[in-house]
Amino acid sequence: MSVTQLIKESDTELQSESQHLEGEQAMPSTTYLEVKDLKIEASISMPGQERQSITLVDKISFTLGRGKVLGLIGESGAGKSTIGLASMAFGRGGCEITGGQMLVNGVDILKLSANEVRKIRGAKIGYVAQSAAAAFNPAHRIGEQVIESAIEHKLMTRKEALAYADELFAKLGLPDPKNFGRRYPHQVSGGQLQRAMTVMALCPKPDMIVFDEPTTALDVTTQIEVLATIKHAIQETGVAALYITHDLAVVAQIADDIMVLRGGKMIEYGSTDEIINKPQERYTQNLVSVRSIEKEEKPDPASEPILKVTNIDAAYDGVNKILKDVTLHLHAGQTLSIVGESGSGKSTLARVITGLLPPMGGAIEYDGTTLSADLKSRSKEQLRQLQMIYQMADVAMNPRQTIGQIIGRPIEFYFGVKGAEKRRQTIELLEQIELGEEYFHRYPAELSGGQKQRVCIARALAAKPSLIICDEVTSALDPLVADGILQLLMDLQNKHDIAYLFITHDLATVKAISDSIAVMYQGKLVRFGKKSVVLAPPFDDYTDMLLSSVPEMQLGWLERILAERKMHSADH
Amino acid sequence: MKNNLMLDLLSHLSWGARIGLLSILVFAFAATFAPWVSPFTQDEIVGDVWEPISANSWLGTDQLGRDILSRLIHGARNTFFIAGAATLLSFFMGTFLGFMAAVSGGRTDQALSRSNDLLMAIPTLIFALVVLSVLPSSMGVLIVVMGVLDSTRVFRLSRAVAVDIVVMDYVEAARLRGENSLWIIFREILPNALSPLFAEFGLRFAFAVLFLSTLSFLGLGIQPPDADWGSMVKENKDGIVFGIPAALIPAGAIAILTISINLVVDSILSRTSSLKGGR
Repeated sequence: MSVTQLIKESDTELQSESQHLEGEQAMPSTTYLEVKDLKIEASISMPGQERQSITLVDKISFTLGRGKVLGLIGESGAGKSTIGLASMAFGRGGCEITGGQMLVNGVDILKLSANEVRKIRGAKIGYVAQSAAAAFNPAHRIGEQVIESAIEHKLMTRKEALAYADELFAKLGLPDPKNFGRRYPHQVSGGQLQRAMTVMALCPKPDMIVFDEPTTALDVTTQIEVLATIKHAIQETGVAALYITHDLAVVAQIADDIMVLRGGKMIEYGSTDEIINKPQERYTQNLVSVRSIEKEEKPDPASEPILKVTNIDAAYDGVNKILKDVTLHLHAGQTLSIVGESGSGKSTLARVITGLLPPMGGAIEYDGTTLSADLKSRSKEQLRQLQMIYQMADVAMNPRQTIGQIIGRPIEFYFGVKGAEKRRQTIELLEQIELGEEYFHRYPAELSGGQKQRVCIARALAAKPSLIICDEVTSALDPLVADGILQLLMDLQNKHDIAYLFITHDLATVKAISDSIAVMYQGKLVRFGKKSVVLAPPFDDYTDMLLSSVPEMQLGWLERILAERKMHSADH
Repeated sequence: MKNNLMLDLLSHLSWGARIGLLSILVFAFAATFAPWVSPFTQDEIVGDVWEPISANSWLGTDQLGRDILSRLIHGARNTFFIAGAATLLSFFMGTFLGFMAAVSGGRTDQALSRSNDLLMAIPTLIFALVVLSVLPSSMGVLIVVMGVLDSTRVFRLSRAVAVDIVVMDYVEAARLRGENSLWIIFREILPNALSPLFAEFGLRFAFAVLFLSTLSFLGLGIQPPDADWGSMVKENKDGIVFGIPAALIPAGAIAILTISINLVVDSILSRTSSLKGGR
């Protein structure tokens, strides 16, 4: 039965009849999981209001064949994870599956008793969570935890399970697989832990695994390895998989079919090829189309750079250097992007420039004058010139202050403007960030993620700065929202001639907005220059790896890149 | 907005907490309007020694023949005022110094925290007994001594709460803006630390009532003829030997007040998380 047929059926009123028919025909043995008309509701109680129920997921139907991979994609709040957990007949706190059927091997698991469901969970259906670090118990060895569910369900003896786990460790390319299980979770890297979690799900030889954003918390260079091993493991063991992610380029590499979700409803459902190459719905087209922002690289002006960082060394403990001899500069009105994986010292550099972390050596020159290393001895004027926007907008704003207070404070603090004039200027800023006067009295908690980040931009803008440090400002946002933020930042740059120091690990963003780029690796600057120079060959090894690891929205990209790397290493 | 918050709070209180709140309000009302609601003055002799409950004196009379109900009401006034003032003082001192320690960090934090530890190392009651027996026994001295001793506990709590808040990005943003410590303490930290502090205030008040009663019982608190629940227990304790329950009435009042406060505070504490996220 094809996918489109299924959707049509569930849309029509003939549903009960078609179910009846299926029962007689007996399920085709290739289908493992079949979801029909799934509806999930949550009951919430706002202070001072009646308890009410809201629909999280509605009218979701799909089938998943044995050994097939279905990608569930959507932005946060689309109901991806809720559906993933529902396929194990599990509702998170407050969520309740109120309608539809969840047929596993033809049996509706929503009708089973709690005890019967428990027999399926872990044994027949495995789960891989986003944060492996939070999913492992730090007090036990990895091996013990990996075999736990196989033993708990009495599928294997302890000895067999350990042997099989070792085999899986080897299959997933973990180092020293014989002894890997003896390590504690903190003794392995994040990427390895994510693979160990996959082993944990695979160990009881399940029929299906739910992957909930397994690579989202990883760096691009690690992501590609984990992605490749997960794909390999799925092919080898022949399990079916639900792969949940917000990154279409990632899911395109691994899934056979893709379902696009938004606000708990299905937008589009089809084969990976159809979704990527011939998307029908507008929303999917937006997701597929690569960043719409393009920026011409500005030539360096003859004047001196506004920010000059020379030979900076920095350490948090005074011994282990996080930054080693970093030298770079930035011209007024331009954007300098700093890229690198986590732990490369990007954010530490920002802390040094802002004065939060006095460096051990080197100098920071701003607009021709040397900035003092310590924040406390900088003048108010110097502080005003240099503003910062944070990654997590919701902790960057005091939850007890209104938007008006948050944006108004820098105006009052730096320019001494009060009363009606302050209000007027605040509203003017609100309009600049495309929010209106009605947001003046709201609290941060009443805003969406993108709106919060806009308010943070307005707060930085209120100081009329000449340089804004943007620390991963879009990485906590959904792609389409992030695009809007970047567009706003670019518009403001053109209008007010602000320079940006843009810290990010997202190379697509870097390509879109930079004038110059600095690539950092383990605290060292490995490459620095204008965008056209940095992004053009010949590359150094690290930049090459970094650039090639960014998933592209193409089928077969993963295989191609892995083959290229293999050839490359064979050459050496 | 403010009014709305109070209503919200009230609607979320458990039944136990509502009963607690009611009895606190009754006590507070009696304390505030003591001269008008009490049938007699606190040192008026109205009958025989240790008279039982009668229409004249509703809770009987004490060891000197004074009306227990009247003394209870006047005593509530003293107890509420001294315990309340001492708790307020301890909160002003404790939170300010605690926030200061968290915001400043480094040496200031060490100096403040270690001297706090030093003060806490001495048993409170013994310390209070020594100090109060040296200093003249007046209400002011009593409040200051109780306040300072209690502020060590508040210091610990407020420092712990503030340390969590200080690392938030919005505090860093305020620092980068160039705000001074006072702004950070009062505008950035205090509003976000209010709900745990509010709950702690209730608990500390209950402890202050108990502490004051203890001091009065030992003869170092409120001096006769002024009434106070602790001293009333002390004065009437000999009656228990003769089977006269006069001492149990003020003791019961202390118990009811402390339990009531605890009920309310517990209920508020269980709602703090939603109060934090919701607004």
